[in-house]
Amino acid sequence: MKRLALTRSPWLKAALKSRWPQFIAAALLLAGFLFVIVSGLLGTPVGSRNFGIIAVWILWWALLILAAVPLAGRGWCAVCPIPLAGDWLQRGALLGPSGRPPRGLNRRLPKALRNIWLQNGVFTLMALFSAVILTNPRVTALALAGMLAAAIGLSAVYERRAFCRAVCPVGGFIGLYAQAAPLELRVADTAVCAACASKACYNGSESGYGCPWGVFPAGLARNSTCGLCLECLRACPKDNIALNLRPFGGDLEKPAARLDEAFKAFLMLGAALAYAAILLGPWGGLKAAALAVGSPAWLAYAAAFLFICFGLLPGLFWLAVRLGQVFAAPRRRTARRSDFALAASALVPLGLMFWAAFSLSFVFANAVYVLNVFSDPLGWGWDLFGAAGLAWQPLLTSWGLPLQIGALVVGAFWAARVARRAAAQGGFHALPVTGYAFGLTLAMMGLLL
Amino acid sequence: MRAETLARLLVLGLAAAAVGFPLAARQRPPLLHARLAEQGGWAPDVLRAEAGQPLTVRLTSDDVLHGFGVGRTDFEAVLVEPGKVTEVTLTFDQPGIYTYYCTVWCGLNHWRMRGVIEVRGSDVQAGAPTPPLYAQLGIDIDAPHPAETTPAERPNALAAPVVALEFSFDQYAAASPAQLWSSLGNQPGLENLTDAQRWDLVAALWARQTSPAALAEGETIFRQDCAACHGPQGAGDGLYADDLASAGQAAMQGLAGAPDMLMQSPPDWQDPAILLGASPALLQGKLLRGGMGTGMPMWGAIYTDEQLWHVVAYLYTLQMDYP
Ligand code: SF4
Ligand code: SF4
Ligand SMILES: [Cu+2]
Repeated sequence: MKRLALTRSPWLKAALKSRWPQFIAAALLLAGFLFVIVSGLLGTPVGSRNFGIIAVWILWWALLILAAVPLAGRGWCAVCPIPLAGDWLQRGALLGPSGRPPRGLNRRLPKALRNIWLQNGVFTLMALFSAVILTNPRVTALALAGMLAAAIGLSAVYERRAFCRAVCPVGGFIGLYAQAAPLELRVADTAVCAACASKACYNGSESGYGCPWGVFPAGLARNSTCGLCLECLRACPKDNIALNLRPFGGDLEKPAARLDEAFKAFLMLGAALAYAAILLGPWGGLKAAALAVGSPAWLAYAAAFLFICFGLLPGLFWLAVRLGQVFAAPRRRTARRSDFALAASALVPLGLMFWAAFSLSFVFANAVYVLNVFSDPLGWGWDLFGAAGLAWQPLLTSWGLPLQIGALVVGAFWAARVARRAAAQGGFHALPVTGYAFGLTLAMMGLLL
Repeated sequence: MRAETLARLLVLGLAAAAVGFPLAARQRPPLLHARLAEQGGWAPDVLRAEAGQPLTVRLTSDDVLHGFGVGRTDFEAVLVEPGKVTEVTLTFDQPGIYTYYCTVWCGLNHWRMRGVIEVRGSDVQAGAPTPPLYAQLGIDIDAPHPAETTPAERPNALAAPVVALEFSFDQYAAASPAQLWSSLGNQPGLENLTDAQRWDLVAALWARQTSPAALAEGETIFRQDCAACHGPQGAGDGLYADDLASAGQAAMQGLAGAPDMLMQSPPDWQDPAILLGASPALLQGKLLRGGMGTGMPMWGAIYTDEQLWHVVAYLYTLQMDYP
């Protein structure tokens, strides 16, 4: 498949190799992140007028799911402010390697954590409380502060970026959906790596840190685990790292999802369906239940959420895969377990488009709040840009619906395409999995419209 | 400067600015936060000012739509919207204690959203405040006060016989319509009136104490502040009446005393025995002081005496017709 190496442009390559652009972006975002925490704690407790709530859950979320992830995969991770302090602690430097040994305990991440199960767990936990987190500025501030503290703490104990790799609830799905992005970091020539003695990309050199994500670039086949931090690009003495443009869904041409990733996909699908039902559906009681954390109604909601994400969606999918196996080989008695995870790759574009469609609905509906809070970030009666008083009105209402439908249709057909690839690879029939994707798409459409 | 040093300064500077700027800006002009009474009401609930000096108040709501009014002044109430800031400037000519209160029905305990503004000044008016009329008259406003007689027909001022009769405000305030009706029976010259005519005369004497404009203002206040509990027709069946009774029971359980005395539901003024047995001074006293343990707010801090008398005059129109 065609690739266009961006790193062939000397100008661009210099910009990527220099740490400054990336560092300044992360430093600014860190200031923004801290401001979000402070405004969440000190600003108005009214969610729709609080800078923290709007900046994170409307603005950042929209940019992430509608632009950063679909176009740049883990591009957000490249500039994410959360690991900055921990990195500094570990490395003793903000820019290039200082040559001193790493600080902190520098333990290896336990094998049991070298997957995204923990991330799935943290995400599930957040999802169960999301109705509160998303509307209560104090809770949002505390959750974000908790992430920052966890990232720093883990950096002090483990080597590299333990928080990003094992804990960050956002990183889990960014990695999953990054497979669909038209941007990748790969080695230019694996033969060069095979002959390379230093493996500086993994071990580090005086010009770059060893991969903070614990990845050996020569082995990269998918975007999920590479944080696009570009350290290998800086470290490699043979100039063998390339940042490539590629067609959308590059990693899905050869599907290779693992079971933890498959469950992340179900979790994301289930969450998209649940949030669409809560926020856009006609069930006021459901919304009340999701908000009433700790009440019996909320427990029922939580149980239903867990059942959908970990029982219903995977169960039906298992049936679809099994059916595909039976179609393809009627005489085979046993199910091949790997087919399940393999087929789940089809849920990557499906979930991404679910989230895009869902996000379109509330992002444009609430865009005015973004203007409000930037004019009066702490709810103290300021009017920095003259937009504090703008009355609420939904933007782009006429565009919203076609865009949403378009996203869902694209998602369904894209999923069908990936399902065919996975089926060909696993030797099962794609039709039931495709049917599953179309069925869920119809359900999502019903909730959104 | 080394690049690394520069980078560190940049990170620390930006972080300090992001945290320090809101912290530094926080102290000056403080906000007056409106919260549901259950969440603590106004914060802060005491403001201080100097007589003659403008006081700027910046208001915001932390939950739902509230309003901000200042009692016994001609300050026009404003809305306090969630997350937005409304700025008002108040100037008090006279020192004293003023009450600010929520002007929007935000919940069952809406009326508990109150705070005070202590206005200090040099020209403190001398003399002890006069006690309210009901106290001067020795009326126990918490005692039951049923009318001994009630009219068979609704009294109508327009149907009253024309008689020359002195009737002062003090006479009006002191006696209930039923008491006046009884005493009129002993008046020389009125012995020949029928019971109904005597009731019509009571209505006519009541009408003399008010004016259409005053009644209109009384009615406006009643609709705005009373009807939610007392009911649009004063029958004690307002939207909040039931909540009030149950909330009252729950709230009173911890208190010693006679719970049935406290937190009664609003009276049924459609019952003539109740309303016609109450003297104007008694009703005004209830308005002024509030219901002591019932859900009845103390309106004395909000409305001027004149406004309260207008409300009293309006209340009697629930049982008597006068223009
Ligand atoms: S340092 Fe460069 S050449 Fe060596 S293994 Fe890593 S990417 Fe390949
Ligand atoms: S592979 Fe390279 S860009 Fe990706 S996380 Fe590792 S060092 Fe960073
Ligand atoms: Cu209120």
